Amino acid sequence: MKKNETVSRKIFVVCNYVFLLSLAFICLCPIINVLAISFSDQAYVSAGLVKLLPKGFNTKSYEFVISNAEYLRSMLVTIKRVVLGVSTNLILTTLIAYPLSKEVREFKRRTFYAWMFMITMIFSGGLIPTYMVVNQFGLIDKIWALILPGAVPIFSVVLMLNFFRGLPKELEDAAFIDGAGYIIALFRIYVPISAPSIATIALFATVNHWNAWFDGLIYMNKPQNYPLQSYLQTVIIERNLEMMSSLEIANIEEISDRTQKAAQIFIGTLPILLVYPFMQRYFTKGIVLGSVKG
Amino acid sequence: MILKQKHLKTLPLDLMILPGLIVIFIFHYIPMGGIVIAFEKFLPSRGIFNSEWIGLDNFRYMASLPATFQVIWNTVFISLLKIIVGRIVPITIALLLNEVGSSFIKRGVQTMIYLPHFLSWVILGGILVDILSPSTGFVNQIIGGLGLQEIFFLGDKNWFPYTLVLTNIWKEAGFATIVYLAAITSIDVSQYESATIDGAGRIKQAWHITLPGMLPIIILTSVLSLGSILEGGFDQVFNLYSPMVYSSGDILGTFVYRLGLVDFQFGVATAVGLFQSGVSFILISLSYFLAYKLANYRIF
Repeated sequence: MKKNETVSRKIFVVCNYVFLLSLAFICLCPIINVLAISFSDQAYVSAGLVKLLPKGFNTKSYEFVISNAEYLRSMLVTIKRVVLGVSTNLILTTLIAYPLSKEVREFKRRTFYAWMFMITMIFSGGLIPTYMVVNQFGLIDKIWALILPGAVPIFSVVLMLNFFRGLPKELEDAAFIDGAGYIIALFRIYVPISAPSIATIALFATVNHWNAWFDGLIYMNKPQNYPLQSYLQTVIIERNLEMMSSLEIANIEEISDRTQKAAQIFIGTLPILLVYPFMQRYFTKGIVLGSVKG
Repeated sequence: MILKQKHLKTLPLDLMILPGLIVIFIFHYIPMGGIVIAFEKFLPSRGIFNSEWIGLDNFRYMASLPATFQVIWNTVFISLLKIIVGRIVPITIALLLNEVGSSFIKRGVQTMIYLPHFLSWVILGGILVDILSPSTGFVNQIIGGLGLQEIFFLGDKNWFPYTLVLTNIWKEAGFATIVYLAAITSIDVSQYESATIDGAGRIKQAWHITLPGMLPIIILTSVLSLGSILEGGFDQVFNLYSPMVYSSGDILGTFVYRLGLVDFQFGVATAVGLFQSGVSFILISLSYFLAYKLANYRIF
């Protein structure tokens, strides 16, 4: 093969490398640009001089964001939400996936339950009725409004039940002979050997809860209950829209807090960037199924 | 073994599933019942059971709004464009990545292009509003530097739908390559060997072996994406649009949100939502059915 490599093949290989590397670079550019803005001096930013490297390096905007009480409070709401939400997701996913991983001849009602969960994927009552149910149950302004409506992530259930199905049946049978029931089999045998797949689901759930913003916006009436992403939505996006519609009166204040917004964006992204290397290890396994599900 | 299992009662299995069942019952099935609001002149003070029943009036009102058809059209147009571009770009990247010999570069490129997928549209929206701004944004500085007219990506109604498609590709294309790359790796290597012996070049191999080998997964992802035609990408639009681009960028999801939770026309909003869920239900069922028939795909 190597000997037969023609000149045109070599040219293709080089072009391909250049193309893919520039593509990857372009993907990252916007993020690098915002990062550079967050560390730059306001004067350079307003003059439009900041590209991919900070100009007039300083950490003032970060100091400002970190001393902002509202920002910190919403960060705390998010942390609470992630901890409660991810544990709820994990517990429910495991408890649902195990019975559903059984064959129908072992567990007759499996078909019924599978349909119950399946139907929620193909039909939904829509935004307004869901909002009203959350309201009726007195969950407005409560952290559980951000956790319970999405407490059963169907995709994770599917991932988990397929994982359970792939495990050798003999493990469980041995436990049954020793007199164990399903509950012991699940918690003593299945859960411990499913650590990798539980970790995958936990990472997905963490990212989902960290990134969720819309539920906070509608289920929380008081801004002090907003999780971070909802808070960012209101301070970054909504103000920006106002700025855009009155573009001519490019407000000087608005422009000078670009560095600050950039810092807020970057801090809001940081945890994702930190878990990202771990995600890389885990997600490809689950993804093939996940992307197909879209 | 079957004898041994007889003493095992499946009751614990029912108990395990119960909490999850209660949660989906409350937050998915009760709202499904809540769609009766679509047939009522709903007043929150009177509740679902005492509000006046008005039959299809909400739907008639919905059909009388000129915005409704525009919004449906926008949603379908944006979704279809996203589906088409969302196949072509990731498949191309997957084919090119497959030609990369060095696994270090391959993984490096993948790591970089997956990243935007994990950031929320709030974050990406914040970034995009900054870099796409016509006066101060990074992108328009480059466009201006090339001597071209600046483009108001987020404020020009002609550009907005394409901005949505492009920025969506930025977020999702890398991630979508995973599934196509997996499909390429599952192709039988001996096919390439015999093709090489027959004198087929790399391009011919890609065209006659790799692409046909990926075809089942391409069909599957396309079929499954049909179910999302009335989706359009709520999170993205909500964080990028403004009244200036409602005429081309408003989609069903954002329309329902404004009708219901901004204007408090609960009945009409639920009616539009029901229309969306109803059509989506048909499309999703159809797509699952087709996926099952064509690719033997099953969810559970």
